[in-house]
Amino acid sequence: MSPSLATDNGLSEVPPASPAGPPGCSRLRARPHRRARAGGTGPLGTGVVTIWLSLIVLLPLAAVTAKSFDDGAGRFWDVVTQRQAVNALIFTLVVSLLAAAINAVMGTLVAWVLVRDDFRGKSAVNALIDLPFALPTIVAGLTLIALYGKNSPVGIDVTYTRTAVLLALMFVTLPFVVRSVQPVLLELDREMEEASTSLGASPGQTFRRIVLPNLRPAILSGAALSFARAVGEFGSIVLISGNVPFKTEVSAVYIFKLQESSDNPISASAVSVVLLGVSLLVLIGIRVFERRGDQRA
Amino acid sequence: MLEQSRPARLTLRVVALGYLALLLGIPVGVVLYRTFEHGIAPVWDAITTPAAISAFTLTLEVAAIAVPLNTVLGILTALVLVRGRFRGKAVLEAIVDLPFAISPIVVGLALVLVYGRIGWFGPWLADHGIQIIFSLPGIVIATVFVSLPFVAREVAPVLREIGDEQEQAAATLGASSWQTFTRITLPAIRWGVAYGIVLTVARCIGEFGAVSIVSGKISGETETLTLLVEKRFNNFDLAGAYAASALLAIIALATLLAMTRLNPRKDHQS
Repeated sequence: MSPSLATDNGLSEVPPASPAGPPGCSRLRARPHRRARAGGTGPLGTGVVTIWLSLIVLLPLAAVTAKSFDDGAGRFWDVVTQRQAVNALIFTLVVSLLAAAINAVMGTLVAWVLVRDDFRGKSAVNALIDLPFALPTIVAGLTLIALYGKNSPVGIDVTYTRTAVLLALMFVTLPFVVRSVQPVLLELDREMEEASTSLGASPGQTFRRIVLPNLRPAILSGAALSFARAVGEFGSIVLISGNVPFKTEVSAVYIFKLQESSDNPISASAVSVVLLGVSLLVLIGIRVFERRGDQRA
Repeated sequence: MLEQSRPARLTLRVVALGYLALLLGIPVGVVLYRTFEHGIAPVWDAITTPAAISAFTLTLEVAAIAVPLNTVLGILTALVLVRGRFRGKAVLEAIVDLPFAISPIVVGLALVLVYGRIGWFGPWLADHGIQIIFSLPGIVIATVFVSLPFVAREVAPVLREIGDEQEQAAATLGASSWQTFTRITLPAIRWGVAYGIVLTVARCIGEFGAVSIVSGKISGETETLTLLVEKRFNNFDLAGAYAASALLAIIALATLLAMTRLNPRKDHQS
């Protein structure tokens, strides 16, 4: 996923007001059709994009939603409230929240060290942060098994435990908070910190009262993206967790089993719709939060 | 600026680097060591079996179709979202983001429900002898879905940054829309496009969850490289799984290198 997603959020910003233009530009404004055409795409472009997005994204999601209600709303409710489904969902939400929280703290710390500290090999470390974005998830899972699996060189074996799922989610969501906090930290006005220090605040006080409030939106937005990613994660979890029902089984794996092993697309769709709802809520939450932040700024 | 005492700074550094080492550095190092501990020959053998070659070729084929599609339509999407003025733009923006937040498993299932035997178009497709699920088109559609936002996401902020004054100038001087696009817009957004393409390629090659549902995992036919890794692991062929992983990891490292190279240029430009 794009590291710049959280901060220079390209698509959700309010577009800058079109330049009013100096008086000499009145000729341009008098011919609005020219204006609209310059660099624009016209109704044809809008139409093509709308059809493309509907066909690729909306149509399949509509199919899942429709399928989930094939046997009626009552059956839908029965499926999603089955013990195994509820267990998987609760575990998914809790472990995703935990991974997001850990990376909110550790990601901020890593970003801090990368911006404010200086040591040899810093640029290499900085490049390494994006590795979880570049590495296929199945390879990420295998990688964790190599160190924390059965033949662990350090004698730690977490396979088939809930810790394994947490570890995999921490791995895949690591870059989000780092990459959303880093640019904010770089831009941060250091004079405020100087003022705070010269007025006798301890480093801890300065960090809590001055730095942290400035970073909070970036940390929260990075953590929310981590959570959204973690909730749907499959590839990195499937090998290391053992997918034990009522223990290490997450919703995505449960859906996979319903579809592939039980050949039960209606139940699989019902659980998918619940997961889809969670994703949508997180996305909407991020948007509302960012919009509020924009208005305050 | 916040004064950090030397011990405090060193502690933070050790904690941060330790976290990265335990989570990223050491595991990747161990995998690479395990892969190459008996030399390069067994690795070469494991990635040149017919199944591996076929998986590698299929992975490249899928990327070769999905990446250009998502690049062209991604640029168009960014143009429409940044420059267009129409009702419902906010909705389109939200839809572009959806693939980031949806579980790949849900994507795979959804495609089966549209194009599969029991899907909406299933009977029609079967009547016309077209197979999508459990064959190449299904894998391509799944890959296009999961990698859809990257180019649009990277290009949109650049477009917004450069404004449309030059484009307007070109238009007033009599350039056609296409001329304006190829001579003014495209050169201005090229690093953003390049960065988006790199991210798209990485995602296309590495996709696993969605592809594992729509592909049917037919060895030598619909098995991609990531599916081969899983199959070998489940068949207790750990060395083979590591070898195929190493191939994917090398592609990932190349991607990482391209990202670090392109990022400053992109930022510099905008």
